[in-house]
Amino acid sequence: MPSLIDLRRRIRSVKNTQQITKAMKMVAAAKLRRAQERVVAARPYAGMLQQMLANVAVAAGGDERVGRHPLLAVREPKRIQLILLTADRGLAGAFNSNLNKAAQRFLEEHASSEVRLEAIGRKGRDFFRRRGAAISGEHIGISQKFTYADAAKIAGAVIERYSSGEIDAVYLLYNEFKSVIAQKLTVSQVLPVPLPESAEAVDYIFEQPPDQLLGTLLPRYVEIEVYRAMLESGAAEHAARMTAMDAASSNAADVIEKLTLYMNRVRQASITREIIEVVSGAAALE
Amino acid sequence: MPDLFELEIATPERLLARVPATEAQIPAANGYLGILPGHSPLLAELGTGEMSYTAAGRTRHLVVGGGWVEVTGDRVRVLATTAEDADEIDEARAEAALKRATERLSRPDLGVDSARALNAMRRAQARLEVKKRLRGGK
Repeated sequence: MPSLIDLRRRIRSVKNTQQITKAMKMVAAAKLRRAQERVVAARPYAGMLQQMLANVAVAAGGDERVGRHPLLAVREPKRIQLILLTADRGLAGAFNSNLNKAAQRFLEEHASSEVRLEAIGRKGRDFFRRRGAAISGEHIGISQKFTYADAAKIAGAVIERYSSGEIDAVYLLYNEFKSVIAQKLTVSQVLPVPLPESAEAVDYIFEQPPDQLLGTLLPRYVEIEVYRAMLESGAAEHAARMTAMDAASSNAADVIEKLTLYMNRVRQASITREIIEVVSGAAALE
Repeated sequence: MPDLFELEIATPERLLARVPATEAQIPAANGYLGILPGHSPLLAELGTGEMSYTAAGRTRHLVVGGGWVEVTGDRVRVLATTAEDADEIDEARAEAALKRATERLSRPDLGVDSARALNAMRRAQARLEVKKRLRGGK
């Protein structure tokens, strides 16, 4: 039977842990709110750009130069680039391990081609470095604080590799923010750009020839895709951490309750034992 | 003919305006576009410079840099790479940026990206101009 002092010590330690998890939950909640705002703020531009791209593609449909744009070129996917977005830190439930598992599945599914990883986030990089996977680039420490320019830089490097024929396809793997309690693992193809469909054909006056417009729109579209994935992943990370820390806090409360109950029983038992000792000692003297 | 059009101005990071406007002056790459309701559908690259629009009788000024402008029916969309409201412009920063860009341009031996520096210079100039004009008008 553990002593009273030991039990008290354990309760105190669990209480400390609970305080930490509670604080982490609050921090995650505050960060989540900010991340969510950014996701919402970035939505209009992404939507409009997609529509504009679709309109240009339709309006320029007859132009054969358009189909030859390097970012639309479909090649046999021999070398694939996978951009894996994970968190830099753990303690976010299954957030990172789900991503890593999905990435591993992706590698197995595409075993016939050479897959190279671009790791955004420490957890993904560490996981695949231990396994000796091919990592073409890593971006650690930016998932907490990044701007559009950071996303554009990552996208720019990928675009260059794609245009030069170094890679044949690019995919993004990230957690999409669905709600505070739900994230959705998403794999999306970035390159070759899957041209969005447009129902309406607008008869534009083009100030620049359509293929020139497309030439600037397409890289931007790729940048936006990366940027959006980073935003979604960031919000999803904070949501996952918040949920995990909430669960941890209530687990700690359960443990404290059980330990307190046990401690009271132990104390009661020792008091009873002492009384018996006193009583039987007195009885023996008579 | 409608007397209003929906004006949307957005950058990758945020939406700056979504308002029914009566007119807009937009710096396209090949010169300024004056847009009134009922404009024909148009697609153009956006230049760097001052843009203004009038909504609900008030004219607002912005500085935009790079991107596209799309006119379709009763909607005008400005997708700018950078954009800021006249009130948000930090004059000291713009001046510093202008100085830096001018310096870079005057020393081509440094191997700087002259297109980028030129762009930065234009943007800074546009910012300062807007500020100056708005102050003069008051």
